[in-house]
Order: sequence, then structure tokens, then C-alpha cells
Amino acid sequence: MRGEIFGELLNPALEPERYELFATSLPIAPTSHDPGSVGENGLTALAEEPLREIAPLLTRRQFCQALGAGLLVLLFRDVRALQESGGGRRTGSPSLPQEISAWLHISREGLVTVYTGKVEVGQNIRTSLTQVVAEELRVPIERIRLVMGDTDLTPFDAGTFGSRTTPTMAAHLRRVAAATRELLLDLAAEQWQVGRATVEIADGKVRHLASGRSQDIGELTRGQKLSRPLPDTVAPTPPEQWRILGASVPKVNGRAFVTGEHRYTSDLKLPGMLYGKVLRPPAFGATLVSVDTREAESMPGVLVVREGDFVGVAAPSTEQAARALAAIRAEWKTTPQPSSREIFEYLKKNPIEAQGWEGRSQHLVGSLEEGWHLAEKRFQQTYTVAYIAHAPLEPRAAVAEWKDGRLTVWTGTQRPFGVRSELARAFGLPEDRVRVIVPDTGSGYGGKHTGDAALEAARLAKAAGRPVKVVWTREEEFTWAYFRPAGVIEVRSGVKADGTITAWEFHNYNSGAAAIRTPYAIPNQHIEFHPTRSPLRQGSYRALAATANHFARETAMDELAHLVGMDPLAFRLKNLADERLRAVLEAAASRFGWGKAKPAPDRGVGLAAGFEKGGYVATCAEIAVDRTSGEVKAVRVVTAFECGAILNPDHLKNQIEGAIVMGLGGALFESIEFENGKILNPRFSRYRVPRFSDLPHIEVVLLDRRDLPSAGAGETPIVAIAPAIGNAIFHATGLRLRSLPLAPHGLKGEIKPQS
Amino acid sequence: MREVIELQVNGIRHRLEVEPNRRLLDVLREDLDLTGTKYGCGEGQCGACTVLVEGRAIRSCITPVHLVAGRPITTIEGVAHGGRLHPLQEAFLEVDALQCGYCTPGMIMSGLALLTANPDPSEDEIIRFMNGNICRCGTYGRIVRAIQRAAQKMRKENRR
Ligand code: FES
Ligand code: FES
Repeated sequence: MRGEIFGELLNPALEPERYELFATSLPIAPTSHDPGSVGENGLTALAEEPLREIAPLLTRRQFCQALGAGLLVLLFRDVRALQESGGGRRTGSPSLPQEISAWLHISREGLVTVYTGKVEVGQNIRTSLTQVVAEELRVPIERIRLVMGDTDLTPFDAGTFGSRTTPTMAAHLRRVAAATRELLLDLAAEQWQVGRATVEIADGKVRHLASGRSQDIGELTRGQKLSRPLPDTVAPTPPEQWRILGASVPKVNGRAFVTGEHRYTSDLKLPGMLYGKVLRPPAFGATLVSVDTREAESMPGVLVVREGDFVGVAAPSTEQAARALAAIRAEWKTTPQPSSREIFEYLKKNPIEAQGWEGRSQHLVGSLEEGWHLAEKRFQQTYTVAYIAHAPLEPRAAVAEWKDGRLTVWTGTQRPFGVRSELARAFGLPEDRVRVIVPDTGSGYGGKHTGDAALEAARLAKAAGRPVKVVWTREEEFTWAYFRPAGVIEVRSGVKADGTITAWEFHNYNSGAAAIRTPYAIPNQHIEFHPTRSPLRQGSYRALAATANHFARETAMDELAHLVGMDPLAFRLKNLADERLRAVLEAAASRFGWGKAKPAPDRGVGLAAGFEKGGYVATCAEIAVDRTSGEVKAVRVVTAFECGAILNPDHLKNQIEGAIVMGLGGALFESIEFENGKILNPRFSRYRVPRFSDLPHIEVVLLDRRDLPSAGAGETPIVAIAPAIGNAIFHATGLRLRSLPLAPHGLKGEIKPQS
Repeated sequence: MREVIELQVNGIRHRLEVEPNRRLLDVLREDLDLTGTKYGCGEGQCGACTVLVEGRAIRSCITPVHLVAGRPITTIEGVAHGGRLHPLQEAFLEVDALQCGYCTPGMIMSGLALLTANPDPSEDEIIRFMNGNICRCGTYGRIVRAIQRAAQKMRKENRR
């Protein structure tokens, strides 16, 4: 083994990954990273074994280059794990601590490869994490490659959700890269026998100024054999000195997307691969009574697989698979189920006791009785939100291959390690015989946590003895994925005539507890989340229940403001103690020109604000109502956002703009309709999503707080748009809408046509 | 019944034995391994599968392959020339008009069709023309800017 240094142990006080609310039916116990995949001499084992199968993602040459001799630095997440296993041990140790959160490798050619279990689903963390490493290691962006979401190559990671990548993974990588930088400086000083303080590092090179000596960081590691713990005190570069972080670096692999070269899971093709399809029941909960597959089986090239209620086909083309599937005659037994028309009564009538994140939770402050007593005006309202679909443009997809008793699955998921566990369980395999690889994916929005397509592809591939690809149709994606929970929210509140809120009671049924607490300073509160039965499969959706809770809260705040005759902005500011929230509210209002110009007739303005997951958001919206057609259109949206120190301003803006556009759909027209276990609108022609013509004029105001740690931003900017739009509709028409979506069929019939 | 069909894709002729009613999308992706053209809905609603036939944008997911036999087809793979990106591709990168990128090939193909028919489209014209393409990540504003920017670049190049 040539030229390896093992740096170990960085900051023990790193924040552990936590699960945010997770609401699918599948268990998600984290598993350890299997030490077996890193052999005695560390790099060699890591480099050789996966090469056979990684070909579609990385050429053999690139990968060898990346993992040839060089420097490998590991970051351990938990100091105790390290000590217990005999700290200072090398990676080859069979008792490798399980808490490795990232590793980084510098090849002799000076290429830096970073391994992280996070996945890229359009939130552009491949770029921001690259920036992090470039900044701390003082290496140009082009020299850095990220290997992401590959259970054989990357350290264990619970999943890419909850806006955790920036606060945890970016923080980990900053430390690992900063420590590596210090190690390189040590090494240079030792090799050149010069004072440590006289050595510098920049642009991928170490330099000794006095002698003019300089060497590429790759060359520096040549012929070295070193093992040393890294100090746990290495400080990352302070934001005032950032050069690459904080800059609008474009998407690092952007070119592959605009040329069509990037291969998503659904684009992969292995030799001999078949295309698979699965027979779906006509309704949720239906059971198979009988099935006749004879005709399908007689079709040339078609394989039919039947295991219990699972019936699937594999064929040499999608077309043939679809035809074979259509030829299967099946009889199902269905059961009556609630419909979307009665969903809200259903939720109220069906409480359940759930555990953990999904369980009942209560937040009590002061005494409501006292609050009612002090109130001069009382208010009570009920708000509802519908089930909606993520509808990622790339539907769920997976390619599965069995080889030598090992299963490899490429799939677009936000939880590669979770899906590995699902697969291992389903096929009775130890986890080290299963590998899950996640190519950069056609988005997720919280909707790709489960491994449904992976399981289906693996089942079919096993039976076929050949690789099989399963790509869900749009209709399957709309039906068999999971939904953002529907919910009912009841608000009761009391205010004094001067606008001070004295009592706040808030009950959420089913949508979830995310951002359920009010950010306003209210002395008496009772806030409660009530889990209920859900007729549809439900799960995470961008920002979870923060959207529902903000919709109810910020609409109620608007109603309260009108109740006491105050301006909605002034009313909020009066009840606010949180300075960061105040700052975004004021920033949005001032850019928007809140309270200045009176909008034209049939136009209205509204605002809303809140915080969640370390991000603060305020949105002002102007809408226009067409009195003849009843159509509502958002014409202008200003969002101010603050999430600590900004890593990449343009990508942050892009996320905020995207959240506004996506949020408009849920605000105005998106809603899943269902009846007796059937989705009635499972296609884009029946389920309207925002399009170009829905695009308002968007202005984003970024507040860069370099003194604060960076938080994620893929989710929170979505939470304020719906209440801002609803409040603007009220302003324009006097119509108070309390259900999301607000105007699925416009406002025809609800407002008077122009006289 | 299978038939032999000639497809002319990105300037290359292919003779294929295919089911004439198979959708063009699948033939491109599965038989020719041109996977830049995406599936998003299969009902002509999202534009992810857009390709050009004789310079005009069509939805390959609802186009039976026999309809385009012998006619010049351009897919996203045929847009860059000799490693040089088309100005519209450059513009997409310059304004970062993508997040997950899944809609991007279809957006670029539709945008190209628009720019061929109208080298100087107004914002309204872009919105109207592009309205059949869905970007679930919501990058519409950036795509409008990218098309405008490309139009400018192309006009400049033509003048030269
Ligand atoms: S896949 Fe053809 S329009 Fe959607
Ligand atoms: S960038 Fe993701 S769908 Fe457009």
C-alpha cells in the first residue's frame, strides 16, 4: 500500500442526523455501514470490488484514478464509537466504527473524490457540497468529484430529506476538508523541512514562498505511509474569507443534463435487460381472487411472474410488456372506502394512537382560560388541506441485476440505505449482498423515500435470471406512490382590541406536527397534533405539514387582523418576538411595497410568514381575479428568505423560485380525488400542475446571515405561498377561502360577475 | 406485425424492424439507446418526450413510429455539434434553468422549435408556446430567460 495517510477523528460534537416526520408504512431502522466492504488495506478492496458493476455511472479508468494510491481521510461522526473500537485504527480494521459520515480521497493525480450517502434530486447539493470541499481544501471545483448515494461506496446515511444536507453533511465535509488541508500543510512542511507557518496552500498546490517550492497536493502524498489522528480543533474557513462558498457556482454536472447525456435510472440499459411491468389492483386494498396468465405467457419473449398477489411480466420492450400485462385477466375483490368528498369528516371521526413522529403531540403554554378571560374578541375557524401528489417528472424507476448471489439495484430514491434494507429483508439476504445505487434523480420532493420500484424490479429480475428495468407509468406514479396527507385544522383564538393575541388553540388532524407551533409570542397556547387513520397511503412531502400548519395559522392571523381592524403586517409585527422572522417580514414587505399602492380593481394583496428547519420565510403576493371566468392568477410574488450563511446564492434563489411555483399548485388547484380506493384523476390531463402560464412575476430577497450556520432551503420557502395567496383573494374579493386548494375550478359561482 | 422502417435520427439513417404502431419515444430510447428523450406522462401533456420532426416539435410519446419514417428527426443528442453546445444549451447552463434536469431535454427541443419559427419571441409568446411543457421543479422563469438569451445570442451569431 503506497502513499496513504489516514486522518481520523474530527469534531465529536457534530450534530447527528435525525429523522423528521416519516409517514410511510415501511420501517426505517438505520443500519450500520458494513465494514466488510473496506478490506484490510482499505483502498484496494474498495477500489477493486465495485468496479465490475459501477460501469454505467463511472468509467473504470476514472474510478481507478479516483481511488488509486493517495490520501484517504475519514470523518467519524461519533467520538465514542471511535474510542470503543480502539481509536486511531486504520480503515482496514474489521471493527471500523460505524459512524463514518463522509470520506474523501486525493489521488496522486490530485483528483479529489468525496463520498457521501446523500443523493442529488435536483436540489443541487452535488454543487454545494463540491463548493464546500473546494473552499476548504483550496482546490479548483473541476478537480472534485462527488460519489453519492451508492451503498457499496459511500458511508451510511439515513436519507436525503428534512433539509439536513446543508446543516449536517455540508458541515461534516467542511470539517473533513479543512482537516485534510491542515494535514497536507503538515506533510509539506515535514517533507521540505521548513516551518509549518511558511507553507501555503492554494489552487490545489502547496507552496513554500521563501524557496519558491511548490507541489501539487496529489504529488505530495506520493511514497508516504502515515497514520495519524487529525486534531479535532480544525476550524473551517470563516465566511468572511469564503471565495468559492457563497458564490453562484453553476450546476457542476450541468452539461450532461442539457445534452441529454446524463442517465437517470429510467435511462439505464444493461446487456440482456428486460422491461418489467406489474399488475395493479383496480383499487387500494383489493385482493386477488383469480388470475389467468395463459395468453400473456404464450407471447414470444414474455415472462410472467406470479408470487402470491404479486403478478408481473418482463419482456424485451416496454411495448411488449404492456401488451402482455393487458392480456392478463384477473379478478379482484374490492372493499368500499371513503371518498375525497367526505374525507374531512372521516379524518375527524377516525383518531388513532400512533407512535414516535407520527404520534400525538401537545404543546401547552400558560393557561387558555386566562387567555379567553383577557380576550376582547374571540375567533374560531376550521381549515382543511387536500391530499396532493408529488408527481416528480421522472416517475419511480429501478433496474435490478442479480449476479453471483448479489443483488444490485439502481433506483431513484431519497433513502438508498433504507431501500437496501427493504431489499435485504424481502429477499432474505444479508445487507452486504445488496447494493443500491442512486443516479442523480428526476426529483423527489419527499416523494421517493420508499423502494417500491426497486423491489418490483428485483423480483422480476430474479425470476428472469436477467436484469430487469421497471419504470412506473404516470398513472402508477399518481396512484401507487404516497401522498401528502390531507388534514383538518381547527383554530380558536382570542385578541385584545389593540391587537394583542391572548389565547391560541390549534388542533391539527392528520397532516402532521411539522411547524405546528406558532412563531408568535402568545402567552397562552394549546397546540395539539391528532393522528388519524388515512384512507390513502401518505408520507413526506416537501416541508411536510409545515405547509398545512402555516396555511391555517397565517390565514387565521389575517382573519384576526381584520377582526381588530389592523393591517395584517402591523398585526403580525405586533405579536412577534422573533427577530429573524421580523427581518424577513420587513424585507418582503418593503420590496413588495406593502401598504403603499392600492392595487387595481379585482386585484388583491396578501402576506404570510413563518419558519421551519432553520429557514425564515415571508411572502407577499398579488393576485388577479377574472370576474367573468372566475380564474385566479398570482401576478406578483415577493419572497424574502433567510437560512443563515448562504452557500450558493443563485441556486438558493432557484430553489425558492421553484418552491413558489410548486407551492402555487397546492395553493390554487392541486388535489387528489378518490373514491372507493380508486384515484379519479391520476394523470396530468386531470391533475393540474403549475405551468408556464401560471408563472407570476417572482422576486426573491435573500438575507445572508454569515454569522449564522447554514440551513437547508429546499423545503421551507414553500410554506408561505398558499396563505399569502388566500389572503390576497380575500383582499380582492372579500371571499375568505379556508381549504387547500383554494380555487380548483376558479371562483366562478362564488363571486359576482362584473356589473 | 413488424415492418422494416427507416428512421433518420440526428442525421443518421437506421433501418429497424419494428411494430409500426410502437411509440416513437420507446423506439428512440429502447432500440436506439437515445435516452435523452424522456417519458413523463405518455399522453402528450408534459413535453418531456419532445423531439423535432422536420424542425417542428412533436410529442414522441403519442407518435406512432411509422408516421415519422424517412423524415428527419432531431433529438436532444443531436443538438450540440462536435462537442460545441447550441446557444440554447449554453443559455440553459448560464441561467441555471434546471434543477433535477429531467424536463430539460424536452424544454430545449420545444425552445428550439420556437426559435426556429420565431427568432425573437416575446415573453408572452414564449409562455404560450412552451405551455405544454411541465417543469415540476418550477424553473419556468429561468427557462423563459434562457430562451430569450439564446434568441439574442443566435441573432448576434447570424449577424456575424
Ligand atoms: S411523455 Fe410525452 S408529453 Fe409527456
Ligand atoms: S428541472 Fe426538474 S422537472 Fe424541470
